Amino acid sequence: MGYHAPHENGSAGVSQLRELEAESIYILREAAAQARRPCLLFSGGKDSTVIVHLAAKAFRPGRLPFPLLHVDTGHNFPETLTFRDGLAAELGEELLVRRVQDSIDRGRAVENSNPRVGRNALQSITLLEAIAEMKFDCVIGGARRDEEKARAKERIFSFRDEFGQWEPRTQRPEVWNLYNGRVRPGEHMRVFPLSNWTELDIWAYIREEKIPLPSIYFSHERRCVRRADGTLLAACDNVKAGAGETEASLRVRCRTVGDMTCTGLVESEASTIDEVIGEIAAAATSERGTRFDDKVSDSAMEDRKRQGYF
Amino acid sequence: MMNVLRLATAGSVDDGKSTLIGRLLVDSRAVLEDQLAAARQASARRGAEGLDLALLTDGLRAEREQGITIDVAYRYFATPRRKFVIADCPGHFQYTRNMVTGVSTADAAVILVDVTKDLQEQTRRHCSIASLLRVPHLVVCVNKMDLVAYSESAFRAVARRVQELAGALQLADVAVIPISALQGDNVVEPSARMPWHRGRCLLAHLESVEPPCASRPAPLRLPIQSTILPRGAGGGGARCYTGHLACGSLREGDEVVVLPAGTRTRVASLYAGGRPLARAEGPASITVGLADEVDVARGDMLASPAAPPRVGSELEASVCWMSPVPLTPGSRYLLRQTTLETRCVVESVRHKLDIRGLREVPAGQGVGLNDFAVVRIRASRPLCADPYRENRATGSFILIDETTNATMGAGMIL
Repeated sequence: MGYHAPHENGSAGVSQLRELEAESIYILREAAAQARRPCLLFSGGKDSTVIVHLAAKAFRPGRLPFPLLHVDTGHNFPETLTFRDGLAAELGEELLVRRVQDSIDRGRAVENSNPRVGRNALQSITLLEAIAEMKFDCVIGGARRDEEKARAKERIFSFRDEFGQWEPRTQRPEVWNLYNGRVRPGEHMRVFPLSNWTELDIWAYIREEKIPLPSIYFSHERRCVRRADGTLLAACDNVKAGAGETEASLRVRCRTVGDMTCTGLVESEASTIDEVIGEIAAAATSERGTRFDDKVSDSAMEDRKRQGYF
Repeated sequence: MMNVLRLATAGSVDDGKSTLIGRLLVDSRAVLEDQLAAARQASARRGAEGLDLALLTDGLRAEREQGITIDVAYRYFATPRRKFVIADCPGHFQYTRNMVTGVSTADAAVILVDVTKDLQEQTRRHCSIASLLRVPHLVVCVNKMDLVAYSESAFRAVARRVQELAGALQLADVAVIPISALQGDNVVEPSARMPWHRGRCLLAHLESVEPPCASRPAPLRLPIQSTILPRGAGGGGARCYTGHLACGSLREGDEVVVLPAGTRTRVASLYAGGRPLARAEGPASITVGLADEVDVARGDMLASPAAPPRVGSELEASVCWMSPVPLTPGSRYLLRQTTLETRCVVESVRHKLDIRGLREVPAGQGVGLNDFAVVRIRASRPLCADPYRENRATGSFILIDETTNATMGAGMIL
């Protein structure tokens, strides 16, 4: 074959990363300039950590013009929460945390009686409550268009109506790099500065910029539950082995970081960024393939986005 | 050399556009095993044999149900030479505004033509849009060569008509490539079945095209996005200004003019990504400190004193109308150009453009959804602008309805 797959050596060109960085910083500055009260969703995962890093580049030597907001499901990896608090403190920026448990206690969100369903869908309720409470008109998030088919269609400045809904058929035309971030009271914008990055771009940038990440992105030993369909989850109070399922100590890492109830682990010995990039370049499964919240139907993500999901 | 190339693709399902994109993604191994498996399952459910490559790209439920592309989908793949961003645009007339969205940021447009059919009206429309939006490179893929037994004469007949059209539309850089998206001929690798084709295959061509910035030195245009006040009260740090340098370069010590005020000063310091620099080269998002205390705010522009942009509040422009609410003379809008937002009035509509060949036609009943027209606009504040044909970043604008906040039209300054 005269042509070879692009990522065999696992490297993305540095000037390609600089071009993506320049675009993301421009988007962050537009979001901050156009919004009255923006916020940045920060979970401690790798994508939102990259955005925080880009935001520091965009606005230093000044302060970040927005607080960090985390919607905590109560089912997060403890390592991620430690990392989240450490990074916010190190930057000296404001971190707001809103908890799904509080929405449940107030009766706004109802937990599914099946513990295997998880709280992923409930996050949007808590997020919309936080947006209403703090009157955010612009919510910056880390979604990428390469993650999923519905996301591939979404604008960089993506309008949400007063119910937080995305309407794919009537998206605002987004021409050149002229973003229309105007909203009326009660409505808001979701802004996605990493829209044009791929998973591999993110990792290459993390390597290039030496950005620290939560330890669970790298190989570590952990008690794991293997579900009947083969999915590996981290054993915890909410994840226990059922009939026909096994629990064992394994060397694993996360590819994405979400709830412990739905974040699939991969068995891995990759303990450095270079080793992780090597594994991803060779991987046959997409990143969201390890998240079974997307596997429900062909339109799972589209449906959740319409309802106000990130 | 540029490392990211932005492509827009247009054509209908029948022309094999989704198949072509699927082919580029699959052959460059940008599609992973689980995504392929999902597309195979969906193909089987629909009764297709094997893998329907088109199913890899249609993202919305309505699109899969109707088998059409409604909105722009963005796809990514990379080769050792560069990263590609594909804006996969709908071909149907009804979604012209979505095509304009995808084409507006493209460095190259890939348009598909079916070799078994004559040039369709749709192709004329797609080429006209590429011409009007001044996409620097146009690639016309003459597809389905497998259906004409890879016949050179069949290709030549279509290619001649494409060249005539390109000539009439004054399209500068046009490549015409015979391909079979279905069979993979001349897509990622040169086809052994068309040895008579002397040019490159599609991917090799896309790897070789040069960005517009590289062809000539661009005078400085730095629209100011925001002001940064260094952290810590009384820290004594000077305020600095942020902006995106699209093309060209800027050095510490360079003389600049602040527009529209006309004040001259020098660049005292330059940062990109928090690090000091002696020289910035576009595309880059930078932060600039100035030698003098001058009044600079969002919407102002730093420019080269030797080659400044036009400064004025009256302009003539071609617009693509994107709203079902028609454009009528005397209507008022918000105009956003670079980082400036100002009120404006559309004083008159000169004429409309027939989008099948850019012929001038009378405005008649007004300007409706998906119409193109040439208009005169008066803004309440002066714009720092260049003609769109010279600078896409400073020559483009959008019109916004102030009550609904809808984006009504996309404009290109003449």
